[in-house]
Amino acid sequence: MADNTPLSAAQIEQALGLLLEVEFTFIHVDKLAASIAALPREDQDFLLSWVRRIATTNIQIAHQFALRAVTRITRMDRHMIEAWALHAMDTYDRAGSRPAFKVINEIDNYAQLSHEHAAGALFDEIGGILLTFIRGLSGRSLKLEQSDAAYTDSETLFLPAVVAKMLRSEDNFKLCKAMVVILWAQTRFGSFRADLNSALAEYPDHDKALKQFHALETLRLEACISRELPGLYRDMQRLKAESGDKLSPGWESHAADLARPEAGVSDSLRLLAQAYPGVVPDVVCYQCELRPDAVAAKAAARIEREKILLRVNLTRELEKFQSEVRDSNSHFKIKIAKENHGNLPNFEITLDDAPTTPPDSIIQLLTSIYLDLGEIPAEYLVPAGPGEYDSSLFEEKKLDSDTVWQGTYHEEGASLYPEWDFGRQHYRKNWCVLRETEVKPLNDGFAQKTLEKYSGLAKQLRRTFEAMRDENRLLKRETSGDEVDIDALVEALADARDGSEMSDRLFMRMHRSQRNIAVMFMVDMSGSTKGWINDAERESLVLLCEALKLLGDRYAIYGFSGTTRKRCEIYRIKNFDEPYGELVRQRIAGIAPQEYTRMGVAIRHLTALLNQINARTRLLITLSDGKPDDYHDGYRGQYGIEDTRMALIEAKRNGIHPFCITIDTEGRDYLPHMYGAVNYTVVSEIRELPFKVSDIYRRLTC
Amino acid sequence: MQALAPEEHFIESEPYYEATGDEIAIFEAAYQNKLPILLKGPTGCGKTRFMEYMAWRLKRPLITVSCHDDLTASDLVGRFLVKGGETVWVDGPLARSVRAGAICYLDEIVEARKDTMVVIHPLADDRRVLPMEKLGILLEANADFCLAISYNPGYQSVLKDLKQSTRQRFVALEFDYPSMELERKIVVHESAVDADLAENLVKFAHMTRNLKGSGLEEGASTRLLVHAAKLIVSGVAPIAACRSAIAQAITDDAEMLAAIQELSSSLF
Repeated sequence: MADNTPLSAAQIEQALGLLLEVEFTFIHVDKLAASIAALPREDQDFLLSWVRRIATTNIQIAHQFALRAVTRITRMDRHMIEAWALHAMDTYDRAGSRPAFKVINEIDNYAQLSHEHAAGALFDEIGGILLTFIRGLSGRSLKLEQSDAAYTDSETLFLPAVVAKMLRSEDNFKLCKAMVVILWAQTRFGSFRADLNSALAEYPDHDKALKQFHALETLRLEACISRELPGLYRDMQRLKAESGDKLSPGWESHAADLARPEAGVSDSLRLLAQAYPGVVPDVVCYQCELRPDAVAAKAAARIEREKILLRVNLTRELEKFQSEVRDSNSHFKIKIAKENHGNLPNFEITLDDAPTTPPDSIIQLLTSIYLDLGEIPAEYLVPAGPGEYDSSLFEEKKLDSDTVWQGTYHEEGASLYPEWDFGRQHYRKNWCVLRETEVKPLNDGFAQKTLEKYSGLAKQLRRTFEAMRDENRLLKRETSGDEVDIDALVEALADARDGSEMSDRLFMRMHRSQRNIAVMFMVDMSGSTKGWINDAERESLVLLCEALKLLGDRYAIYGFSGTTRKRCEIYRIKNFDEPYGELVRQRIAGIAPQEYTRMGVAIRHLTALLNQINARTRLLITLSDGKPDDYHDGYRGQYGIEDTRMALIEAKRNGIHPFCITIDTEGRDYLPHMYGAVNYTVVSEIRELPFKVSDIYRRLTC
Repeated sequence: MQALAPEEHFIESEPYYEATGDEIAIFEAAYQNKLPILLKGPTGCGKTRFMEYMAWRLKRPLITVSCHDDLTASDLVGRFLVKGGETVWVDGPLARSVRAGAICYLDEIVEARKDTMVVIHPLADDRRVLPMEKLGILLEANADFCLAISYNPGYQSVLKDLKQSTRQRFVALEFDYPSMELERKIVVHESAVDADLAENLVKFAHMTRNLKGSGLEEGASTRLLVHAAKLIVSGVAPIAACRSAIAQAITDDAEMLAAIQELSSSLF
């Protein structure tokens, strides 16, 4: 039975002294201990356990937490306190100690803010659905990102982290949906076809003009949405009514004017002249912000780029035909069917009056240009002459990922993964920054040499794997099957005439091999593998690949290494779709020791890759030389082991069988904890390695 | 109800089919020249309907085989069965078509086992014979016989691609979803739903097709639109009809379903 007697002040002081390291931090805990001592045991335990968890992240925050929590624990919901503590730690991870202290200090606000967290629509939760939603709508393919406010730059829609204007969470979601649709409508129905900055500059009060114009444009777009998305329009009306938003007096005629199907942005600008002197109407709940500067910056570059892109693409189209015709006087013409029922027009492109079917990329460009300009100007349809444009102008600026990776903004385009903090008993969000790169192929005949060196072993290995191979074969004398086994039947009939018992095994059946396995090899490329371990890894990979050819299973090989959580690297050696060929052999030869061994994030990334593969059995086999380790940030030791363990548990939850082959003789201490007692093996010699793999194979796949 | 032998399956009344291009003329020309035909295109865009229509037009019986991964060569050619102590040969659908001069339509041919594919090779070139190994004979095709196969290039993995040696025997016709106008007309005709609703359904289909590549393997097909329209005509609310007949049919992913649901609730 649990002991329910409250801890004494002295006991608590001692516990806090250890947790908060008072010897070094000089925090005074006597008063705090005294007030905790007054609490019931249950609350004491709760409080101390959270102090312990927070202290693993930051001692000062833990101390501040304790000071504030102790006076509130009796009247605050425990879930709330937990959420508050986790939020403070997340803030610390993301932004450092000062903002985290702010979170701790604002505990009382937090209770109020928690409404936002309970009923508000969080971008993290709804972003995915809304992005898919806007992708489904017609027009330019838009991105969705989190920002300080809701607005668009005409290529990306931005939403704030939390939207909590409405009382109920489903209404807040609907509100977000209405916001993205209003923003989408700005790009779709040509709000930015006019040069807003210069049009608004004519008015003395630029800000007021912008607000008036925005209100007018919102009326126009509402009307467009009512035609295009009537269901959503009904929701928008309801949200407006619930927020108490009403049309400003005197604006009825503007609304009617802008509700005409043919009304465009020029009409809003025309009405602005009339509306400008009046009072600025209230902002409608889903109106968002209008930032003409952000749009102008993007649009100018896009219009220029898309013109070039279209002309270059048309040249490529022309080349398809000209290889046959050789006629340089060919020209494209475009017929744009009228927009009807709010659908985007069809673009009919003719080349010398013969209709062509342009690829999707051209249609997308035409759509985007049409949205910007409302037409496709004739000069856009002139294919670019040879050398007319420098290819750097139109080709997507593909930043060399290695350069980005080396630079300051190295997180661009990288994947973020959480990490398990065992002290906190919680994940650290977006903690690891990981990028996939390729191993540089090394053409030194390594594979050939290895096969020669281990020719005996290779042969033996071949036999082991061949034994596992399953082939299509005809099974005779079966009780059921797709063909009559005539031989068996004749025999059985003879038996029957003879008076003996007739066999029921009269059929033939095709037995088909149904290996449906995907294997991921995760190779340790940390600096500690330098020397014979690296050679061993490479040699065994060559031998394995040769043997795996026999089975025809899908497999991939990735290496991992990195320095700190900010630079985790995954090296692609062979992906699932790539055949085993010369290039893969050279990449295996090119596997070189790099930095450290942050295993958790590598496992999470490769698990994600394996998850995309549709196979009945999925294996994740790690070749490693030691325990998880990383530079300086405490990954070495229990933290790393626990994180790796958690990553493996996640993999298992996804139906992946993890297995570890390690060349660390001390591995028996921690491997059972990470992989489970039966899912690891320790080898001391390279020769054993491929055979271990075939053992694992047999155990897991046959 | 009547039970018919496959080769007696003549299509009596004209099936509803809207041509999207010159596919009818090309099919007829190929048929006259005894060339086999390959139909490519996403599921539910009218390939099977087109075959029915052509069978009606050419006044030939239509034998359709839906291929699956357990379909063996003997399922197509025929097999021995046992009857009262004797073995009796029974023709498979392909052999029946070859004898009767029917149109044999192998739907989703890549789903069939690899060995099956080879059986059709001698039929698909100028030899036009069907080797029946078990009987030890070569069956020469009736002059009216026509072989057609279909496949959907969209979701085939490398493993399930059509081999060059197979595909290079066929006249290929590419099918795609009809234009908005035409698709609306088809939905109205097939389900008797009113034109405005059909228009919105087609819009909805286009929204889902925009999602192809961002998490959806394939957008809503014309067939699904017809299903949804039929439900609506029977009194199901449009949003519910879209969910059951379309959204749930094209994906199982919860987030994708939610997004598609938001699209349909925005439209209706």
